[in-house]
Amino acid sequence: METVYKKPRLLNDVTMHYCPGCGHSLVHKLVAEVLEEMGVEERAVGICPVGCAVFAYRYVDIDWIEAAHGRAPACASAVKRLWPDHLVFTYQGDGDLACIGTGETIQALNRGENIAVIFINNAIYGMTGGQMAPTTLMGQKTSTCPYGRQADLHGFPLHITDIAATLEGTCYVTRQAVNNVANVARTKRAIRQAFQNSLDRKGASFVEVVSTCSAGWKMTPEQANQWMADNMLPYYPLGDLKVNGEKK
Amino acid sequence: MIKGTIKVDTDRCKGCNLCAVACPKKIITLSETVNRMGYHYAQQSDNDACTGCAACGIMCPDGCITVFRERL
Repeated sequence: METVYKKPRLLNDVTMHYCPGCGHSLVHKLVAEVLEEMGVEERAVGICPVGCAVFAYRYVDIDWIEAAHGRAPACASAVKRLWPDHLVFTYQGDGDLACIGTGETIQALNRGENIAVIFINNAIYGMTGGQMAPTTLMGQKTSTCPYGRQADLHGFPLHITDIAATLEGTCYVTRQAVNNVANVARTKRAIRQAFQNSLDRKGASFVEVVSTCSAGWKMTPEQANQWMADNMLPYYPLGDLKVNGEKK
Repeated sequence: MIKGTIKVDTDRCKGCNLCAVACPKKIITLSETVNRMGYHYAQQSDNDACTGCAACGIMCPDGCITVFRERL
């Protein structure tokens, strides 16, 4: 009997603390698969965010650093400058990357640091109980905007990935999702490309993964994937925004 | 003919049902009993229909599913 698919070796056997059906666990698995396929686990350094992925270091068996809230790109810049032959990436959520760490994110990308940034966008602050995030959609209800996000009161959703594509320091900017098998395959390819760019020192790579937060959205994982496809993807369309430094 | 089969790590499964949604043959169901974490875990309900396409394994967020395939 031939084994067609199994859990990547670099993904530890511990049960992840994520809620059932969380996009974080799926992206963790993809990161582990890509690192294993590239054979770079001995010289890969990940930077954990603050947010739901704060415990990422427990789950993927490589070296990790836990950064202060939002400061992961700054931390990654330092590691990459000290160890230029290492693969350095950050793994951040929307609250960490697009709110608390907007400055660090934009500055690190604009400096063209040779790091990969994996950005999980679930339009909500998941860990702290489903508060409004910069990426929350217009009209979306959260615990801090129970009547839905309104432009005059809360402003507009932040398109941080589109901003990243305009910066001269970025070489690869893409937006992917993990709601079905085809999109998972594309996300895996995107992560691999970003990691390769970090190793090749081509500049900063930015991979947004549009994801779900079934607990924060108060839905089942299945409903959350459907809601994401119906509501988030029209607002955050999938595809490459920048490849090899050329805007699409 | 190709026959597939899956093995679910029932202790780590959280019963999110995404494997069942992804299965093109719709032969994954959630168990009646629960695991030690209190979740209804995924199980293969039809032993003959599986083609070993691995869609369930790819979609499993927790990496609980191993997919095998054999040529009969």
